[in-house]
Amino acid sequence: MTAPTLVPVRAPEPTPARRRLTRNAIRRSQASPVAYTFLIIVLLASVFPLWWSFVIGSKDATAINSGDVSLIPGGNFLVNARTVVDTLPFWKALANSIIVSTAVGVAVVLLSTMAGFAFAKLRFRGKGVLLVFVIATMAVPTQLGIVPLFIVMSKLGWIGSLGAVIVPSLVNAFGVFWMTQYLKEALPDELIEAARVDGASIFRIFWNIALPAARPGAAMLGLFTFIATWTNFFWPFIVLDPGNPTLPVALQQLQARYYVDYSLVLAGVVLAALPLIIVFAVAGRQLVSGIMQGAVKG
Amino acid sequence: MTVTTKRPPDSSGPAGPGGGDRLPTRPSGIRPRSKLRQRLSRLDGAVSPYAYISPFFILFAIVGLFPLLYTLWVSLHQWNLIGGQGDYVGLKNFTDVLGQPFFWKALRNTLSIFVLSSVPQVIFALLIAAALDSGLRAKAFWRMSVLLPYVIAPVAVVLIFNDLFGDKFGLINQVLGYVGIDPVQWHKDTLSSHVAIATMVNFRWTGYNALIFLAAMQTVPRDYYEAALIDGAGRVRTFFSITIPQLRATIIFVVITSTIGGLQIFDEPRMFDQYGQGGADRQWQTLTIYLYNIGWTQKNFGRAAAIAWLLFLIIIVFALVNFVVTQRIASRESR
Repeated sequence: MTAPTLVPVRAPEPTPARRRLTRNAIRRSQASPVAYTFLIIVLLASVFPLWWSFVIGSKDATAINSGDVSLIPGGNFLVNARTVVDTLPFWKALANSIIVSTAVGVAVVLLSTMAGFAFAKLRFRGKGVLLVFVIATMAVPTQLGIVPLFIVMSKLGWIGSLGAVIVPSLVNAFGVFWMTQYLKEALPDELIEAARVDGASIFRIFWNIALPAARPGAAMLGLFTFIATWTNFFWPFIVLDPGNPTLPVALQQLQARYYVDYSLVLAGVVLAALPLIIVFAVAGRQLVSGIMQGAVKG
Repeated sequence: MTVTTKRPPDSSGPAGPGGGDRLPTRPSGIRPRSKLRQRLSRLDGAVSPYAYISPFFILFAIVGLFPLLYTLWVSLHQWNLIGGQGDYVGLKNFTDVLGQPFFWKALRNTLSIFVLSSVPQVIFALLIAAALDSGLRAKAFWRMSVLLPYVIAPVAVVLIFNDLFGDKFGLINQVLGYVGIDPVQWHKDTLSSHVAIATMVNFRWTGYNALIFLAAMQTVPRDYYEAALIDGAGRVRTFFSITIPQLRATIIFVVITSTIGGLQIFDEPRMFDQYGQGGADRQWQTLTIYLYNIGWTQKNFGRAAAIAWLLFLIIIVFALVNFVVTQRIASRESR
């Protein structure tokens, strides 16, 4: 459950105008107070844990263990953050997370766009079977491969290196499926036929026609892959050394070291969560529309 | 976007027989003779599709397919994390695993956490989606607000909720105390620990799934609602008689994906305490934690590979069961 999802859904029939009309008639464009109240509760539930970790992360150990509950932050956040940064390889973990997530995001987008282009728009023998194969592999759990992957990585001497995290993540069947679906719609067949008739090579069509058309879908895929890779814990935890972690692996060490002092643990959580919260602030709308587009396509 | 090509229009004619001995792709700008070009173009069309899919499939063969089959090989041998391959033992690793009480306990825990996370999650996600679909002001804001937890890494979510679910001074127990409920032993009691872990999963995924449902709800033809309205059906009635049946495919999809993800759960139970073993009595040890412990703590890779295959089979079985069950439930609603 780490990637955006495509769900088969029946397509809407009515014309836009009629749809708007009936929609308004039904909904009278007014949400009930019940809906707002419910969503405010949901909003609080979404935000509260983050706020709470900032509250705790900004206090000192004695204030927390005194037992009184307060939702107002203390003044100790920077001190706690300094301790976290000094005791963990925090900057290294941050750099590693950026490197790994960017490399995986870019490579997955590239591989998926190429394969998606071929599956969506080119004719070749075995296409149907191969596409079904890709879809079937989406159901195979990552856990199934970790034992041999670990054996392979240790034979290669990659244990502890970022390559061991990056390379297995490059294969993303979901990405291929997503780009196939995206390009099917975004790229008219006639355009390709015309270009072929005019003698354009497949590479030219890919480069000059498919890539520009794929850009919005590819950006979305890159964004979701980046987040999924950034938040991934299981495999990096297995192959990376404590001295060369990604952020989630570093956070795990924080818990092992400071489980008695939650002000430090949660200050670390806030620090580690900040980069993706910034991504969310910038690209949250794109994430929402990515999930919603994925849901109706396919 | 337009197609730019340097080719003169007269060069397209009946194509010659396919085949040729040149490379399928050539740099643009070179202009060989017309016949040759046509042949090359045909060859290009026949061969280059494979060039576009091969990077994915080659990589997939190496880091996807090969490990899968190799897992089977490892599972049939004695295999130590450090010592490497040992004797061929047939299905002994499988029977050993199935004979371990901890395996069955891990299976029960995994299923219990899965049910506690997926059922409330789907219900809440549907309710949130219905609320989001009800003509709100500031739509974008509400949609984003439900998605915020998705960008928090599971590891960070666990650390936050571990504090909230603290047995002694945790906020949740304090709040329960105000209402006169005795503190819950979240890290001792089996069911309570499952509830706590499921809460973390739900926190992160409910909003995400709500957006999927919302998108599906928006494709339901509004005529249906109009007709129901004329027939005098209320909001609740239309929700159960129109929305839910219309969302059948989507609900099935969400349930299946959460089955695949949920049965592999590792991060949350692994970090629920600082020891990572799944509790003093393994009361929240899941199958993946069990797999990890056998493989990397006990260094018994043969057995770990057997667990991996068993996990895979369990996932397939439950995905199928859930498919049938969800389809039944959703179909009954539609009558």
